[in-house]
Amino acid sequence: MSELKLPSIDYAALAPILIMLGAALVGVLVEAFVPRRLRNAVQLALALVAVLVALTMVILNADDRLITAGQAIAVDGPTLFLQGAILILAAMALLLVGERTVERGGAFVAQAAVTAESADDRRQADGMGGTTEVYPLVTFAIGGMLIFVAANDLLTMFIALEVFSLPLYLLCALARRRRLLSQEAALKYFMLGAYASAFFLFGVALIYGFTAGIPGRGAGVDFATVHAAVAESSSSPVLLFAGMALLAIGLLFKAAAAPFHVWTPDVYQGAPTPVTGFMAACTKVAAFGALLRVFHVAFAGASWDFTPVLGAVAVLTMLVGAVLAVTQTDIKRLLAYSSIANAGYLLVGVLAPSKEGLSGTMFYLVAYGFSVLAAFAVVTLVRDADGEATHLSRWAGLGRRSPFFAAIFTFILLAFAGIPLTSGFTSKFAVFAPALDANQAWLVIAGVLTSMVLAFPYLRVVVMMWLSEPGDATPTVTVPGALTSAALVIGVLATLVLGVAPAPLLDLANGAAEFVR
Amino acid sequence: MSNFPFLSVLTVAPLVGALIVALLPRRNPDLAKLVAFGWSLLVLVLSVVMWIAFQADGDRFQFRESYAWIPNWGVNFTFEVDGIALVMLMLIAILVPLVILASWHDAESSKRSVPVYFALLLILECTMIGVFAAADVFLFYVFFEVMLVPMYFLIGSYGGHQRQYAAVKFFLYSLVGGLFMLAAVIGLWVVGGKTFDWQALSQAEFATDTARWLFLGFFLAFAIKAPFFPFHTWLPDAGGAAPAGAAALLVGVLDKVGTFGILRYCLPLFPEASRWFAPWALALGVIGIIYAALLAVGQNDLKRLVSYTSIAHFGFIGVGIFAFTTQAGTGAVLYMLNHGLATGLLFLVVGMLIARRGSALISDFGGAGKLVPVLAGVLFFAGLASLALPGTAPFVSEFLVLIGTFTTNKPVAVIATLGIILAAAYVLWMVQRTTQGTLNPALTEVDGMRRDLSLREKIVVAPLIALIVLLGFYPKPVTDVINPAVQATMQDVGKTDPAPEIGSVQEAAK
Repeated sequence: MSELKLPSIDYAALAPILIMLGAALVGVLVEAFVPRRLRNAVQLALALVAVLVALTMVILNADDRLITAGQAIAVDGPTLFLQGAILILAAMALLLVGERTVERGGAFVAQAAVTAESADDRRQADGMGGTTEVYPLVTFAIGGMLIFVAANDLLTMFIALEVFSLPLYLLCALARRRRLLSQEAALKYFMLGAYASAFFLFGVALIYGFTAGIPGRGAGVDFATVHAAVAESSSSPVLLFAGMALLAIGLLFKAAAAPFHVWTPDVYQGAPTPVTGFMAACTKVAAFGALLRVFHVAFAGASWDFTPVLGAVAVLTMLVGAVLAVTQTDIKRLLAYSSIANAGYLLVGVLAPSKEGLSGTMFYLVAYGFSVLAAFAVVTLVRDADGEATHLSRWAGLGRRSPFFAAIFTFILLAFAGIPLTSGFTSKFAVFAPALDANQAWLVIAGVLTSMVLAFPYLRVVVMMWLSEPGDATPTVTVPGALTSAALVIGVLATLVLGVAPAPLLDLANGAAEFVR
Repeated sequence: MSNFPFLSVLTVAPLVGALIVALLPRRNPDLAKLVAFGWSLLVLVLSVVMWIAFQADGDRFQFRESYAWIPNWGVNFTFEVDGIALVMLMLIAILVPLVILASWHDAESSKRSVPVYFALLLILECTMIGVFAAADVFLFYVFFEVMLVPMYFLIGSYGGHQRQYAAVKFFLYSLVGGLFMLAAVIGLWVVGGKTFDWQALSQAEFATDTARWLFLGFFLAFAIKAPFFPFHTWLPDAGGAAPAGAAALLVGVLDKVGTFGILRYCLPLFPEASRWFAPWALALGVIGIIYAALLAVGQNDLKRLVSYTSIAHFGFIGVGIFAFTTQAGTGAVLYMLNHGLATGLLFLVVGMLIARRGSALISDFGGAGKLVPVLAGVLFFAGLASLALPGTAPFVSEFLVLIGTFTTNKPVAVIATLGIILAAAYVLWMVQRTTQGTLNPALTEVDGMRRDLSLREKIVVAPLIALIVLLGFYPKPVTDVINPAVQATMQDVGKTDPAPEIGSVQEAAK
């Protein structure tokens, strides 16, 4: 009997992940032992400190280029860049989650199990302190995302997928108001997410079978083995193609790419707005981080085969997002379709197989994350007696009532529309230029055409806010608490700075844009 | 003297002014107006100094400045001007103070903040100067797009009837053009060696097909901006809804970005494609001249009428550019300046009439000359300048365009000449229906119509009238500056002026 060999583990490289998961476990203990009135402050502080410490570790590890824990985790440039991005964006999202002054008790329900629309439900909607379990849930999700972008084999990636997805399903169900919508969103997300996970797992199995079919090598699902198998495959690669397709479905579902996008508008609308912002920013980073790694590391040898298919998905995604955004009447749904279209633009970057393409995609993820979090931060502020006023007709004349916040939101919308001097423009350039360089002109043209369509819904909101007369139904903008203000300021400043002076972040992304295999 | 960073200072100065004006208290609108006006005069003074420092017989491009911006993409803040750009900068510097003065009370009729209106005008000036001064394609694109934002709010927030519709239409049309250009800009960057510098790009060689596609991307954006037929439908709406001052800047300067872009980017960067597309562009120009003039004849809204006349004039400019002779080219550039002066004046005067009457419809006027004789006289003069009467500046440019075109393309020149007749029709008929004839009794009941031009309004129109007359008789200072730049552009396209055909003249003499 041979001795079991333990893989060496580089704990420093894994520290960000361990810190987040550890903080989540401590958060569960806090729920059990800290008195209720202190819990919110303690949990928020714990989560924020954990994120900051993890971020510090990522920065300290900045020069790591290694594979550790057997073949399970790769800590390289893209991993560190994306982990840093997830942590910074998550810190912003945590600020929104922790806000307790905009609405009495916060954006989360006090007891999720109370029957929706019952008398108890109405009582708790009216100012009972929101549940504090959200913090460990968010922290778990962040930990899962950190593993997801670092995973160097398909099974680790699958586990990471589940670790960050399950808390998100729960978080979606915790909105304080419109409980039925929130529960529906959670259920829908859970059901479709479960299907997507199943597809992903099935894909992993097929890829395992594919590697096993290559003579002279051991079977495995780590990316080095898969890469070698793809390079050496001479027989009919049906297993490879089927496996790749199933994996892609699982990942594209999380990335909200068409035709796997149908959950997005409902979930974005139903989920508590801070959670929506968290999903739009961080989940996107995680999903695209994994997509980049799977297709650039494991399946790089098959790029001739997957590029046309993923290209078609990208075009479809842009089209669906842009065209359906035009018809939306709810701001959260509009932002959801905009997020779908942005997934399409990101896919354009994924399909540019160069260093610039990789760094451009990573730049886009960061820039978009900041803007979208700022956008949802504004959405949390526009409210009336029944909570957030998300119907677009209610936003008419907002520019008169609250010119400051309307100006901020206008700026963010201009960024989404890709007007220069905002990060929206530089990030579009960052993905389109490498794509054109890689002879993917059709993707760029599709991107440009859909940007034109997409400009219309954004502009319609601007018109609503500034050029319409305020009516009786126009809600007021609540003065944000310190936490929301901080998130808003960070998001807007980042949108401006990345549009005016993108060079430092581009340098950082360029320096990080190389995978280890 | 020429070491002074004129262009960057000129670009930044209005922005600083805009910030100051925007931060002034809302309760004291007069202070904001004065600061804005003073600031724009400062820019004018600086521009005049720059004009003097520019050596007409020196290098084609002068005042070059370059600062790194995004090194990863090879983007720089590069500014430099040739004679064409210099003339346009001068036009901006002259028009903006006059527009501010003319718009003194415009913003008060809307419920919006008055300081913001003037701040927006200054921001617009910043972007307009930037777009003409940029010598980096990326920088040019940035200004080209950002320019939309202040204009959008000027139309949308301070405009008249149907302003929302007009503002959105303006924004979307321009954005569509801009995004086509974005694709072309990225394409140019990829095939041009990953640089945005105009000088480097103008040396690059492109494959024929690539160059044609890139040309098309740029041309589409510029044709929408100019606007050329059939991309013109946004202009009458935007011009009709914008406050008169903003409308004067819109057609006077903003639209020139389109024709300027064709001269600076399409022709020198893609010479073969320019020659290949020239017949199409000429056709669009000629159709525009006739079609827009016919529509102008039928307008009952003063501002829409002036907008249509501009579309016809842009047809002339387009014809002048794509005739590929120095005469026609110089004529086209001169036309860009003169059109800015003449149509700017026409828009401002029409705005004064509309402000008095409270209506833009021609049928609401009639015999107004009996009530406001000076204003009617100025309107008549502006109309005559607009139809290019000899002695006014537009005549020189229109004449140059026509004779320059005649040497290379007779049919186009002949058809374009018809446009002059139509111009007489729409201008004279408009003047007749508003200020001549029997007095419309309804006019006497409007208080405003009894006030003739105030001192402020006289100060607004006087410099423009003086310039139009001066340049009509003595255009040499301007043509001296324009000519070298136009010649260089024509050389870039690879066209030389047709040599005078002595043989045929001798034959004719026999």
